[in-house]
Amino acid sequence: MADDTARQAQTVLRLSGITKRFGALTANDAIDLDLKRGEIVALLGENGAGKTTLMNILFGHYVADAGAIEAFGKPLPPGDPRAALGAGIGMVHQHFTLADNLTVLENIALGTQSIWSPRLDRTSARARIARLSGEFGLSIDPSRAVSDLAVGERQRVEILKALYRDARILILDEPTAVLTPGETEALFATLKLLVAQGLSIIFISHKLKEVMAVADRVVVLRGGRLAGERRTAETTRQELAALMVGQEVALPNAAPREAGPVLLELRSVSTAATAGTPLRDVALRLHGGVITGIAGVSGNGQAALAGLLSGTLSPRSGQLLVGDAAPAGWSPCTALDRGIARIPEDRHAVGSIADMSVTENVISERYRTEFSRYGMIDWAAARRFAERLIADYDVKCPSPETRIRLLSGGNMQKLILGRALDPDPVVILANQPTRGLDIGAVAYVHARLIEARDRGAAVLLISEDLDEVLSLSDRVHVIADGEISRPFARGEKSISELGEMMAGHGLEVA
Amino acid sequence: MEFFDILFTASFWVAAIRIASPLIFATMGELICERAGVLNLGIEGIMVAGAFAGWVTVYAGGDLWTGVAVAALVGAAFGLVHATLTEPFGLSQHVVGIGITLLATSLTYFTYRIVLPQVSSPPRIEPFRNWAVPYLSDIPVVGPALFNQTPLTYLAFVTVAVVAWVLYRTPLGLAVRAAGENPSAVEAQGLSVTGIRMGAVMAGSALMAVGGAFLTMSAFNSFFFEMVNGRGWICIALVVFGSWRPGKALVGALLFAAFDAYQIRLQQVAGGIVPYQAFLMMPYLLSIVALVLVARRASYPRALMIPYQKGER
Repeated sequence: MADDTARQAQTVLRLSGITKRFGALTANDAIDLDLKRGEIVALLGENGAGKTTLMNILFGHYVADAGAIEAFGKPLPPGDPRAALGAGIGMVHQHFTLADNLTVLENIALGTQSIWSPRLDRTSARARIARLSGEFGLSIDPSRAVSDLAVGERQRVEILKALYRDARILILDEPTAVLTPGETEALFATLKLLVAQGLSIIFISHKLKEVMAVADRVVVLRGGRLAGERRTAETTRQELAALMVGQEVALPNAAPREAGPVLLELRSVSTAATAGTPLRDVALRLHGGVITGIAGVSGNGQAALAGLLSGTLSPRSGQLLVGDAAPAGWSPCTALDRGIARIPEDRHAVGSIADMSVTENVISERYRTEFSRYGMIDWAAARRFAERLIADYDVKCPSPETRIRLLSGGNMQKLILGRALDPDPVVILANQPTRGLDIGAVAYVHARLIEARDRGAAVLLISEDLDEVLSLSDRVHVIADGEISRPFARGEKSISELGEMMAGHGLEVA
Repeated sequence: MEFFDILFTASFWVAAIRIASPLIFATMGELICERAGVLNLGIEGIMVAGAFAGWVTVYAGGDLWTGVAVAALVGAAFGLVHATLTEPFGLSQHVVGIGITLLATSLTYFTYRIVLPQVSSPPRIEPFRNWAVPYLSDIPVVGPALFNQTPLTYLAFVTVAVVAWVLYRTPLGLAVRAAGENPSAVEAQGLSVTGIRMGAVMAGSALMAVGGAFLTMSAFNSFFFEMVNGRGWICIALVVFGSWRPGKALVGALLFAAFDAYQIRLQQVAGGIVPYQAFLMMPYLLSIVALVLVARRASYPRALMIPYQKGER
């Protein structure tokens, strides 16, 4: 018994005093972390709290400015992924590190055999993969091309990659961000199986629910510092949330309103397969005063739907009605003129022009009209507008001349939000409006969207975060493989029913 | 009828294979670079440098194979410059590649003038001779075309087989292919992206230089300006045509060379009626058409032309 306890208490990993600075930003400030054998520790924190930085230091992608790492009692040399792998540390990155042009087997075997060997030994690799898949319930056909795999399967390959190298410590960076609820359940089952076999796991997340469900112990980071440590059995979600944010957070107050008139409608719309999954015979009505949520796993037609509303895409068949007429010559300009505001999914690539100033970015949708005088840009008015948005939307930025790329994600998003909402739009397309934002900024964006709804605008909320969709939306559609379900009222379907539909089973189409 | 008779003459096929040989070397070289994620636009200049280096070695009294080795070394050296600028320093592959082409070409012409200040017509060397493979070379048409060529031509075909084997059957090839698709996959498995890419660019550049050396040491017997004449650029197109696969790229090189050999003969047959420039144009026109047809479906290495910068954001 004593022997058993001793083994239980064996510390497999010890990080002490890890400090990392990027320029003026201290991403990690003297962080200590212990991991015991057979334990799942969740590393909880908002975006930008330093979770991923800490794990990248552990895995050798970054070199810490100070601090030391000890794995299984031996010091780990910094900045060397090879050493980390050798010490039995495996990492499943948030963005998978798989080569799409290779098979599952090739991805797993990459770097495991001597690089100068005249022949890749596929036979032994295949046998080993088969054994590991069986042992840990991670079934996958090793000869399949990675490009053909679904997201959940890719993650399985990532885990197998680590196990193949005899990882005893597994780090998972936001592993559930891309999974359906069903896939998440399966992942958690796998993790429990792994720790039962004596592995230790660090699970990075900002989702409280998952952390409570899967972890034994939670380490909370806030602003690069250690904010606290709790055993999951002895804490609550509220307490963890408070630790994470450092203050009480108000949940969005989204008491439903009376539905207004239909402001935008899609009638059996299909789109061409130019970018991602096309829409197939989709019906959708956006009412004024209603937040309509679209729940789904990314890549199921959300891009096409967003493209339709923002004017970058036209229906191949079916009708798109704004108000009660189909606009002629559908384009981003027409969409703007009709009062459709866009909050694009990718604020860096689409939502802003990185090297232009805040002023130039905020007038980019209206420089032809309001901020133009005799065909020239009225810079004085533009600057006043930018200053007003900065004040109204609580944006932290040195001046309107600052290049927008220098702003943090949250501040950039607030500006984009301001640009979209300021002209009192009729329809608001909010595509992943809070992706990558911290809790404070998320609450802010949510509040502003609810405010716009209360003013009578129709809001279309597309999000991969099911919790966000459910907490904010007055009605929810599920999108799967280019098809959109009928609208469900708040609370009409359970999360697991929605999850089933998101996975493409039994989508209830109108 | 004469147009088709050409296709059945042994001399046509001999010429096609000969024209293809330097293209095969350089295409394999470019293919290796691009599979690792580096577009090497230095190819044209590296071929010029290789052509001169091999030739001048023999001219100075070296043996033919020493010439080939020197050409390869010179190519690898330019590859090292290219790789150092594009990988650790992360500079634009386009700019560096064109810079290497200009540098290698000018440096070659400059060296030529230094080494041979007085001559007006370039001196000749004794080039590689044809070596007939016993028995096989006696087969009609195919025999002389495939089995009565210079050793460098045989080496070109061997190179394709070796490149294909290495890319698809060895751990090294796996790493090269992964580096061109998703470098972070390579790093996450504990390998050095920079090391793999630099090695690939050096090896590829060495092959390009050998392709150039073929011109001065096998196809002709002396070095003159403009002799590479855009072959490097053709090889870049051939890599795309071959969808980054050695076998398909070989087919492309052979096809292009056959068109080239064919148009030379057509000039003699129909040159009186049609201006010869029209025939000169033909292989290029056809390669554009072929490229349009084939390349639309090609899946290119996803990380091509993106310098890999480790870690620091």
